[in-house]
Amino acid sequence: MNSIRGRLFVILLAATGAIWLSAVAWIQHSTRTEVGHVLDRRLQESARMVASLIRRNGGIAGPDAAALVEEAPALPDTGGHDFAHQLICQVWGFDGRLKSESDGAPAQRLADQAGFSERAVDGKVWRVYSHVDEELGIRVMVGDARAMRDRLVHGVAMGLLVPAILILPLLAALIWLAVRRGLEPLDRLAQALAGRPATDLGALDKGSAPSELRPMIDALNGLFRRVEGLRERERSFTAFAAHELKTPLAGLKTQAQVAALAPDRAIRDRALAQIAQGVDRTDRMVRQLLDMTAAENAIDAAQAPPQEGARILAEVADELAGLAQSRGVALQLETGGPAWRTTQAALLAPALRNLLENAILASPAGAVVEARLAREGGAVRFSVLDRGPGISPADRPHVTERFYRGATSPAGSGLGLSIVAAAVQAMGGQLRLSPRRGGGEQAELILPAAPGPVAR
Amino acid sequence: MRLLIVEDDPVLSNGLAVGLGLSGFTADTVGTLADARAALEGGDFAGMVLDIMLPDGSGLDLLAELRAADSRLPVLLLTARDRVRDRVMGLDAGADDYLGKPFDLDELAARLRAMLRRHEGRAAAVIEWNGLALDPARMRGARNGAEIPFSRREFTILQALIERPGAILAKAALEERLYGWQEEVESNTVEVHVHKLRAKLGAGFIETVRGAGYRLADPAKDEGGHR
Repeated sequence: MNSIRGRLFVILLAATGAIWLSAVAWIQHSTRTEVGHVLDRRLQESARMVASLIRRNGGIAGPDAAALVEEAPALPDTGGHDFAHQLICQVWGFDGRLKSESDGAPAQRLADQAGFSERAVDGKVWRVYSHVDEELGIRVMVGDARAMRDRLVHGVAMGLLVPAILILPLLAALIWLAVRRGLEPLDRLAQALAGRPATDLGALDKGSAPSELRPMIDALNGLFRRVEGLRERERSFTAFAAHELKTPLAGLKTQAQVAALAPDRAIRDRALAQIAQGVDRTDRMVRQLLDMTAAENAIDAAQAPPQEGARILAEVADELAGLAQSRGVALQLETGGPAWRTTQAALLAPALRNLLENAILASPAGAVVEARLAREGGAVRFSVLDRGPGISPADRPHVTERFYRGATSPAGSGLGLSIVAAAVQAMGGQLRLSPRRGGGEQAELILPAAPGPVAR
Repeated sequence: MRLLIVEDDPVLSNGLAVGLGLSGFTADTVGTLADARAALEGGDFAGMVLDIMLPDGSGLDLLAELRAADSRLPVLLLTARDRVRDRVMGLDAGADDYLGKPFDLDELAARLRAMLRRHEGRAAAVIEWNGLALDPARMRGARNGAEIPFSRREFTILQALIERPGAILAKAALEERLYGWQEEVESNTVEVHVHKLRAKLGAGFIETVRGAGYRLADPAKDEGGHR
């Protein structure tokens, strides 16, 4: 059952019913025992009374002596015919002759031994007390029917069960109301949530909520905060991205119009070349935006098959070979040492690509960009070294900020190093940028050799 | 008219310099605020096209500095931030006009012409002097309804003179109008174009002031020689 209300209702009703039924069973049992005791005592009393009457009447049992038993008081509240002729009596001599009997007593002897016994006569079970009077030489046997006893106990049990069954629907209704009332705070919470517009991620009010709901409200508020943070990041990122893409678009449009207006071929060709260059740069920027999104959202790469770190580096270098060649820069890879594999190629590749791309773009023609992969104890170190101007001291604290462009490299999107930083953070590693001895920049990615849990 | 373009995107910056050059402007381009400050100190610009997000700061800061120093240089803000709020902020910071990226080159040129016209205190798009009507938007001139063809450089020199009638413009000032920094200045270009202009407009239209430069002849004084 999927409704708490329904579940509670059934459980409460079943529990109440079970307790009630157990109570009835227990009362029936104790009533049976109690009634048995009382009636046994009465049998005993009646037998002694008959014996004492016989004695007082001169020792010889008259034919009517046993009939006195019929005068014994009936049980209270049993009124009328149901419990009439409750007791029967037989008086037997020691010689085995029936001396006297009451009306309704069977012809058969009721008991063979002294004290209490039971005997079935003509399909009826009798409970009998047999009193032995040695002086008079008689046995007085008084009995009552088991059926009568059962009826008595049954009556008491029914007296309990009938009201219980009649009350049960009322009880059910009361339980239903109580459950509904008890679960009202849940309804109020649901209403508060359902009535919210998608933009409202404010915290839920905890003050009036019952203590059971508070952990849930806390959890919801925590979720709201995280979603709000994520949305804020996305919003600012989208705004930035749209803004940053407008400038290259404006460049493309202007160059296209220049090409259309150009009075001579030289101007037109130059404008077309600028357009091609602008498209390349815009393409790079779009790719970087996608990389950035991937790195920031730390796409779960756990299912990706592990890849050789050296191979990822080689592939990235391969992709950038064209760019390096066009700028007259040589790429040199060093991937010695034991193999290292990672499942996070989706994060590592963009990080390496941006570092290498920066190094190539910063390098003067004829320079060499070196990329190394080395393993050091529990860590893996990727180094990218160039002989460019290096990052200026003023820019150094800001280079990993999104869309931060140093004054010396106006052509970039300002995304490259922030992608690297985000990817490295997602991989649980570290990015170190430092001036290289002898001029240039040294960028290092230090990653745990055994990838830990993805940090967010 | 010589403009300073402050824009850090190289493709856009190049497109602006070439495109505005085709519309009759001469444009110098810089990519940072520092370079823009240096250029403004050294050169005489008729106006400035200014981007807001620059690598070393905000163009709005430069604008504020200029206005604080009481500069009346006409400034057109050219930026990707073109929501109403941004436009209001830019104009209130002292900009004369505002254009969002991406823009139409023709519109930018027209806005620059209008901005410079207002700055010179003219309302009409066509400048008239001594029976000659110059239309900077089309780089055309006409006298008594008859169109006179001018080359781009001829027109630039004529416009420079006609914008300040009676004032003497030095040869160096005219050269500055003709060339941006990136261009090689040929030593006798101004003389060659003035010569061509006199051939088209009459020998007395432009006067040479010995040792000082050139100016337009006073029509009242030159009534008799005027055809």
